Amino acid sequence: MSTPRPQQTEASAPAPAPADGPTHDNPGGLAPVPVRPAGFGDALRSEWTKIRSVRSTLWTLGVMLIVVVGIGLLTAWGLNDSAWVGMPLLAPGLFGIMLGQVCVLTLGVLVISSEYGTGMIRATFTACPRRSRVLTAKAVVFFLLSFVATAVACTVTALVNWWVLGDQKVPPFLRGEAAGRFEDSVKDGRLIATTGEWLGATVGPALYVALLGLLALAVGALLRHSAGAVTTMLGVVLMPLLLALFMQSASLKPVQEKLIEYSALNALASFYRIPMSDGSGNGWDMLGILAAVTAVVLGGAYALIAKRDV
Amino acid sequence: MIEAVGLTKRYGAKTAVHNLSFRVRPGIVTGFLGPNGSGKSTTMRMILGLDEPTHGHVTIGGLHFRQLANAPRQVGALLDAKAVHGGRSARNHLLCLAQLSGIPAGRVDEVLGVVGLQGVAGKRSKSFSLGMGQRLGIAAALLGDPQVLLFDEPVNGLDPEGILWVRNLMKQLAAEGRTVFVSSHLMSEMALTADHLIVIGRGQLLADMSVQEFIARNSASFARVRTPDGNDGEREKLTAALTAAGGEVHSEPDGAFRVTGLPLPRISDVAHAAQVRLWELSPHHASLEEAYMGMTQGAVDYRATTDPRAGLHVPHVTGEPPTAGRAATGLRPDAHRAGAQQPGQAHPPAAAGAPGPTARDHRDSEDEQR
Repeated sequence: MSTPRPQQTEASAPAPAPADGPTHDNPGGLAPVPVRPAGFGDALRSEWTKIRSVRSTLWTLGVMLIVVVGIGLLTAWGLNDSAWVGMPLLAPGLFGIMLGQVCVLTLGVLVISSEYGTGMIRATFTACPRRSRVLTAKAVVFFLLSFVATAVACTVTALVNWWVLGDQKVPPFLRGEAAGRFEDSVKDGRLIATTGEWLGATVGPALYVALLGLLALAVGALLRHSAGAVTTMLGVVLMPLLLALFMQSASLKPVQEKLIEYSALNALASFYRIPMSDGSGNGWDMLGILAAVTAVVLGGAYALIAKRDV
Repeated sequence: MIEAVGLTKRYGAKTAVHNLSFRVRPGIVTGFLGPNGSGKSTTMRMILGLDEPTHGHVTIGGLHFRQLANAPRQVGALLDAKAVHGGRSARNHLLCLAQLSGIPAGRVDEVLGVVGLQGVAGKRSKSFSLGMGQRLGIAAALLGDPQVLLFDEPVNGLDPEGILWVRNLMKQLAAEGRTVFVSSHLMSEMALTADHLIVIGRGQLLADMSVQEFIARNSASFARVRTPDGNDGEREKLTAALTAAGGEVHSEPDGAFRVTGLPLPRISDVAHAAQVRLWELSPHHASLEEAYMGMTQGAVDYRATTDPRAGLHVPHVTGEPPTAGRAATGLRPDAHRAGAQQPGQAHPPAAAGAPGPTARDHRDSEDEQR
């Protein structure tokens, strides 16, 4: 059972039993399998194989791309006739990613819950008893893949908006002192997108949605149930805004404002410079909050996955 | 070597495994027998560190599974043939497990060849039959060329050719010096495959002994006696004479007797003295299946509401064909090269449908052929 074992086995194994069948000779050791300890890189390779070899990845990310870019094209086309759209140049990209993020959440949950659902997790944890390594590899592979896919979708949408809507003349009442949030976005009387807006329409939402997907993965690891975890994540994303919608009484006003300000959808809207409440920043602060929440939930997932029976 | 000491697992109020201690040695096939729900799979999961025991511990080569250096290269396991992502192809399923264990990708196609799935390697495993799923699971267990192998119900869903193949595979792996631990709820299968038996019922150890010992201890012997058909006078005369001589006589549905308490020569003498001709006088052991059911019947969790033994017990005995020399046949664990086996050839059709005797007949016929 020590390290040089396979070679020994090859040498000392008795000759294969007299022909039982043509294909089933010498089952265990066809050729000596080189032994080396498995590391984190192996886990990453394994998770990459897993995520690329199931159709749910193709479906969720494919639908996300189609939804984000498709809605981006439709809004740009619809707004093309207006001389003045009334929002920052790249802001129409929000509508697509608001829907598209649901696909990324779903994939995040499925990456881990499908293993629990099928029982594959037992084979995985038998092959790698260090369960935290598996969870880390899953998180890294999923985060990078969903970030790249979302960033591509958002960037294409931003380019479409810039190309189609880029010749808007800013109305006189928004020039000079009255410009407010459009102040930096006006050049020679025309609407432009600042560097901050470009980042807020490409990398920003991509990071936010990928992180939200990572939170979904952590929730999936905690709940181990696809439908339960997806529902939870949809609740997390949608409920604050829905609750706020019905808090119309004056006494609930502060609660309503906080719910809106900290809702996930407002974070995305802030990236596109069309926040739903006045107190909102430009999205990056919300990204920090989401990162903290994800870290906490992921920490819980690490703690539970290490000791829970599978 | 797998060693369990005082292994106990409770799920809430239900005790799945209770104070289980056993050893699984290398070089032989150890059968792990028990009815459904007796705790076999729970024990397997505890061996693999997937479930944490409530009390006690189980080690592989002295270490807990999760402390083993390079565990997937030392231990391979098939837990559940259906525990694969159905959307993934067989090759990708094995590839991701191989990569996770640091095993070269080339090994995947090797083990696919070993289990005979190379033709469907690119197919999604959703479309696989249970038998193909078992082969895929066995391939996964063999990936790391491990010294310790665990198989949970590996023959479920396999066709006869597949069962034969698994049986030979287990023996061959054990012959290579590996530790092979196979669970089953079929005594007949284990009698053919295993050298050593660990029997549990309701999570508790019922037996831990070699197959020969299990048979010797658990199968009561009896004689089957048959008088000429259509001669009720002789029949009754013999019954009376045998009872008088101290034997216990039971009638069997086909008109023969089952006699216990008298050795065969004595029965012959009594019959001769009573001037009764015999058409049959044969020694029998109760089948292993019967012994196993006798042992576990108090420990069966799930059974049909009708009399559980009625359908199972009687046909085994009555259907057993008269094979002379059966009792004398030792069950040598190495005595069966299944390649030489011709199922259905050596025994009369009466045995068909009775798993216990059939299994033993294979063994007998092999011995006769040797």
